[in-house]
Amino acid sequence: MARAVTTRRKVITTAAAWAIGLLIFFPIYWTILTSFKTEAQAINDPPLFFFFDWTLENYAVVQERSDYMRFLWNSVIIAGGSTVLGILIAIPAAWSMAFVPSRRTKDILLWMLSTKMLPAVGVLYPISLIFVEFNLLDTRGGLIAVLMLINLPIIVWMLYTYFKEIPVDILEAARMDGAGLREEILYVLTPMAIPGIASTILLNFILAWNEAFWTLNLTAAQAAPLTAFIASYSSPEGLFFAKLSAASTMAIAPILILGWFSQKQLVRGLTFGAVK
Amino acid sequence: MTLRNALCAATALTLVSAAAAQAQTITIATVNNGDMIRMQGYTDVFTEQTGIEVEWVTLEENVLRQRVTTDITTEGGQFDIMTIGMYETPIWGANDWLVPLDGLSAEYDVNDILPAMRNGLSHDGTLYAAPFYGESSMVMYRTDLMEQAGLDMPDAPTWQFIREAAAAMDDPDNDINGICLRGKAGWGEGGAFITVTANSFGARWFDEDWNAQFDQPAWKEALEFYVGLMNDYGPEGYATNGFNENLSLFQQGKCGMWIDATVAASFVTNPNDSTVADSVGFALAPNSEGVEKRSNWLWAWALAIPAGTQQEDAAKQFIEWATSKAYIELVAENEGWANVPPGARTSLYETPEYQAVPFAQKTLDSINAADPTNPTVDPVPYVGIQFVAIPEFAGIATEVSQEFSAVYAGQQSIDEALEKAQALTTDAMEAAGY
Repeated sequence: MARAVTTRRKVITTAAAWAIGLLIFFPIYWTILTSFKTEAQAINDPPLFFFFDWTLENYAVVQERSDYMRFLWNSVIIAGGSTVLGILIAIPAAWSMAFVPSRRTKDILLWMLSTKMLPAVGVLYPISLIFVEFNLLDTRGGLIAVLMLINLPIIVWMLYTYFKEIPVDILEAARMDGAGLREEILYVLTPMAIPGIASTILLNFILAWNEAFWTLNLTAAQAAPLTAFIASYSSPEGLFFAKLSAASTMAIAPILILGWFSQKQLVRGLTFGAVK
Repeated sequence: MTLRNALCAATALTLVSAAAAQAQTITIATVNNGDMIRMQGYTDVFTEQTGIEVEWVTLEENVLRQRVTTDITTEGGQFDIMTIGMYETPIWGANDWLVPLDGLSAEYDVNDILPAMRNGLSHDGTLYAAPFYGESSMVMYRTDLMEQAGLDMPDAPTWQFIREAAAAMDDPDNDINGICLRGKAGWGEGGAFITVTANSFGARWFDEDWNAQFDQPAWKEALEFYVGLMNDYGPEGYATNGFNENLSLFQQGKCGMWIDATVAASFVTNPNDSTVADSVGFALAPNSEGVEKRSNWLWAWALAIPAGTQQEDAAKQFIEWATSKAYIELVAENEGWANVPPGARTSLYETPEYQAVPFAQKTLDSINAADPTNPTVDPVPYVGIQFVAIPEFAGIATEVSQEFSAVYAGQQSIDEALEKAQALTTDAMEAAGY
């Protein structure tokens, strides 16, 4: 029997959800708002919430000073490339762990995750030296490789969780019908796991887009993505909050739009298998 | 036909090679400070004069330090010019990580660089970085509030006078704090400020044998004075205020006084950004009564060439251009004398137009009053005023300043913080082999 939900409870839950949502959204809202203020308005006390003379000056200055399209393009290539490469490697890996596990599968999964527990700066020098040795500094290829490796454990874990939800019997039936390994993964498993794969792609694209340690440390002028674009507007001696906000808004806009249009898939994928 | 093709190919190759030779590009790592941004705007002038293209990589200050350090130590060769400060230059110069800036042209007039800046950017008498702009610290105060309080700011005030003036100008009902000072953790933020304050109370970081000195009474006296002053007349939450936060407060008319970098003078007197632009006065950074050393620091943002660059000559050409007298004149012509990069060249302060700028003379006096080789009352084995020019300092001072900021935030006592500072500094120095 379904549990009766009282109106009062509904109101409280809705209000709480809205409050949390607004709280989480507030920094983004404030950044966008500040980007339309003058530098003097940006630091005004009391803060100006809506009623001020809106200006596009900061966007004009940022456009004039920085080659936004180059940073954007680098972000798209690096985030997209690392995600695609990661998925290509992770699907077979997750398949084998989910459907033909060995005695060590659980250990391997945990070991993979342990690489995420190391602070990135701990391997800054070894990675930098490898990059110097192989001429990968300030190249998109180098960053794609590094970001793919960083996010691979998460991709494998997510896909493994989704694949575990798929009944083995279906795959066995495909095998009995004469499907080989390639057909089994491509035509049976992948279509069934599309929501999971889609949300994994989205989440990893967002993680790679926002990655701000390696992208700042391994790039200079050619391969720098939008994280470097934002960082270039932070100032130790001078108040440039409005310009910094305009740069931040321009940097998060593409990913925000992508997230907005794909939120259904994202939520569906993230809650996949959470409720049985 | 074959001969014709071959000739065409050869001509094309020659043209491509010539274009490649002309389109030499240098990459410069820098920070997003106003003067640096202005310099980026004039890059075209340099390219027109020399044919050398310039790529800028602008980074946040701490990221820049991490980035250039990694690049130099791994010989990454990503940058042909780096923007570094007075702390890094002598250390990196000593390690042969930088190209010595010798053989500069006669026209450049290296002797025109202010002696304090030149000394601070040299190691063993060799210049390793050219100052783009330099700064000391000084008192900036509201002349209108000072007048209302019936006080006259001396040219060289004492901390005791500063406290008296802060008490007189403090007006919580009108949201005016008597004084605004840095308290934010970080060796270059609040750490720098409390170090120069301690200098002016007769304290020092190390004795001549590199023993930490936080257990000495002068440090306690300095901290007690600072915390008392800020608790009584400073803004709420000063423990997290750095340069930018205080600049914001001062520009909005919420501080009677602000003691900070001389470069701030051009910001607070700029009517476009500052609500108090027409009522700001300047004085030398204070000292404690009876102590000869003042609390002014010395810093420069300078351009250096990392060893290992493939484009040393082009890089040198750029540095000569960007730190030249001609560049200063170029900026003055287009944006006015108040906007030229300050604190680097003697000739700038001899220019009548610049002498008319209200903060010019006090900036020069403050820079001249700073002596990095003799920063404290008692002798010390190190160079540097608001820092100690050893590689370990940044890490140690960041931790020490975190302990002090915890005091400002009311999370621990001065005695506790000093005890911890003494212990952690001693441990770190022993581990480093001092």
